[in-house]
Amino acid sequence: MNAPAPQSTGSTPGAARIVAITSGKGGVGKTFVSANLAAALAQQGKRVLVLDADLGLANLDVVLNLHPKTTLHDVFTGSATLAQALLPAPGGFTVLLAGSGLVEYSRLTPQIREQLTQVIDTVRPRFDVVLLDTGAGISDVVLYTISLADEVIVVATPEPTSLTDAYATIKVLAMQQERRRVNLLVNQVARSGDGRVIAQQLRQVIDRFVCGATGQSFSLELLGDVPADTGVRHAVVKRQLLMSLQPGAPASQAIVQIASQLSKLPTFKAPEATT
Amino acid sequence: MALDWPPLNARTVTALPKPAPIADALQLEAALHLLRASGYECARTPPSLRDAAWLQTVIESLCDLSSRDALTGLANRRQFELVLEGELDRVARSGEMALVLLLDIDHFKAVNDEHGHAAGDLVLQAVAQRLNECVRPMDTVARYGGEEFAIILPNCSPAFGQAVAERLRRRVASRPVGVAVHTDLRITVSVGGAYASPWVRSSVKLWMERADTQLYRAKEAGRNRTSLEPAAMSDVSAEEKGMLFSMATLPAELSPPELDASHFPRFPE
Repeated sequence: MNAPAPQSTGSTPGAARIVAITSGKGGVGKTFVSANLAAALAQQGKRVLVLDADLGLANLDVVLNLHPKTTLHDVFTGSATLAQALLPAPGGFTVLLAGSGLVEYSRLTPQIREQLTQVIDTVRPRFDVVLLDTGAGISDVVLYTISLADEVIVVATPEPTSLTDAYATIKVLAMQQERRRVNLLVNQVARSGDGRVIAQQLRQVIDRFVCGATGQSFSLELLGDVPADTGVRHAVVKRQLLMSLQPGAPASQAIVQIASQLSKLPTFKAPEATT
Repeated sequence: MALDWPPLNARTVTALPKPAPIADALQLEAALHLLRASGYECARTPPSLRDAAWLQTVIESLCDLSSRDALTGLANRRQFELVLEGELDRVARSGEMALVLLLDIDHFKAVNDEHGHAAGDLVLQAVAQRLNECVRPMDTVARYGGEEFAIILPNCSPAFGQAVAERLRRRVASRPVGVAVHTDLRITVSVGGAYASPWVRSSVKLWMERADTQLYRAKEAGRNRTSLEPAAMSDVSAEEKGMLFSMATLPAELSPPELDASHFPRFPE
C-alpha cells in the first residue's frame, strides 16, 4: 500500500486498531452492530473497547442495558477520571459511554477535538481494538471522529434512503479525508449475498462520480451482510446481545464471520506486540 | 536591500530554518561576496565581527537568498515545501481549508526554441510577477521548477478557490509579454488545484500529487484553463441516485415497482 491510511501514525505494534462504525442514516442498526461485533471480537480473544462517540444522542447504554454512573461527559468536565468511566459490558468487552443527550457536544469545538483525541490516545495502548460508535449523518463531530480511525465501517440497509446516505458518507470520506478504502456492512438483508450486489452497485457509482472527480483510486470492501433476523428484534427488546442470547442465530453467525473478516484487513495484520 | 523583489511574507520568514553562526572570516568573506553579487546591500565591509546587528543582517540576507528562486524572486521549491509542511500541520489541527495550486506555462518549450532562452527567462519573470499581483500577502507563490509554479493559499474555502484560480489564469493571459522589440508573445497557463483534507494528517507528496492530477486534466482539456479537485460534498445528485438504483442486478425490493394502472386514482369521465 503506497497510500497511507489517514492517522496511521498510531498503528504501532501493541496499540489498538481504531475502527469507526458509522452510517449515513440513523436506524440501520449501527449500535447493534457495534455491540455485537465487539462481543464477537472479544470471543476471538481480543481486548475490545467500544467508545460511544455519538456524543449528541448516545444509546449504547440502552442496547446493553447499562446504567452507568460515570460517563465520558464526566471525564470531559473533569469530575471523573478516564479509568472510572471504563465499564465492563456483558459480552466480555469494555465500554466508554457518552451519557445520553449531551446536546452541547453535538458541535465540534477545539476543546472537544482535543479531549476526544486525548481519550483515544490514552486508551489506545490498553486494547487491541477500539470501536468508535459514531453518530448518524455526516456532521463535524462524526467526520472528526472518523478521521481518528484506522478503518471505517459504513453500515447500511438495503433501502434506497439508507444506500443514498451511505453513498454520501463514502463520498465525503473519499474526497475530504483522502480515504482510499472504506468497509461496507449491509445489515438486514433478505438473502445472504444481497450485500455483494449492493456493494457492486455502490462501487460503480463511486468509480464514476468519486474516482472520476478526484482521479484517485478507491476501494469499497464488503465486510459481509447480516440477514434480517427476528432474533435481533427480540434481543433489542430484551436489551441483550444477540451474540449471548442466540449465538446460533443466522445474524449472530454473520457477525462472527464479519469479525474474522475484519481481523484479516491489512491494518489488523500488522504485527501485534502482545497476544 | 536594493532588490525590487516583493518581500517573502511573514509566515515564510518565521518558517525559515535557524542558520548556523558564521564562524570563520573566510566563510564570511565568501558569503559577503555572494550577497554582493546577488544585489544585497548589507554586504559592506564589517565594522567589526562583533557587531551583532550587522551579522544579523548578513544572516537574514543569506536566508532570503537561499529561499528564493534567483530568476523570478519567488520562493524556491525548498522554501515552498517547508511552508507546505507547516500548512499541512495547521490544517490537520484546525480543520481549516487550504488550497494548493500548480500552474504550468503552456507551450513553454516553443518559446525557448523559437525565441531563445533569454526570451524564456523574460516570460518566466513576467508570469511570476503577474501571479504575485493577484494573491493575498499570506499566500506563498513559488517557482516549483522549470516553467512550473505553485501557490499555497491558507484558509481558502472552496467557495473562493475556483475564482482565485480563474483570476490567476486570466491575469497571465490578459496581455502579451514583450520579449524583444516588436516581439510580443501570448502566454497562457494551465492551473490544477487540490484542497487539503481538514483534520487528516496528509503528506506533502500526496497533496501535490492531487494538485498535479488536476493540472494534467487542465492540460488534457486544452490548456489555458483551470481544474480544481471538487471539494467534498455530501449531497447526492439526481444523476448519482439514478445510477445507484438503475441496475437490474439490485435485489427485488430495491428495484422500482412495476407500474400498475390499477394503482392510479380514477377520475369520473
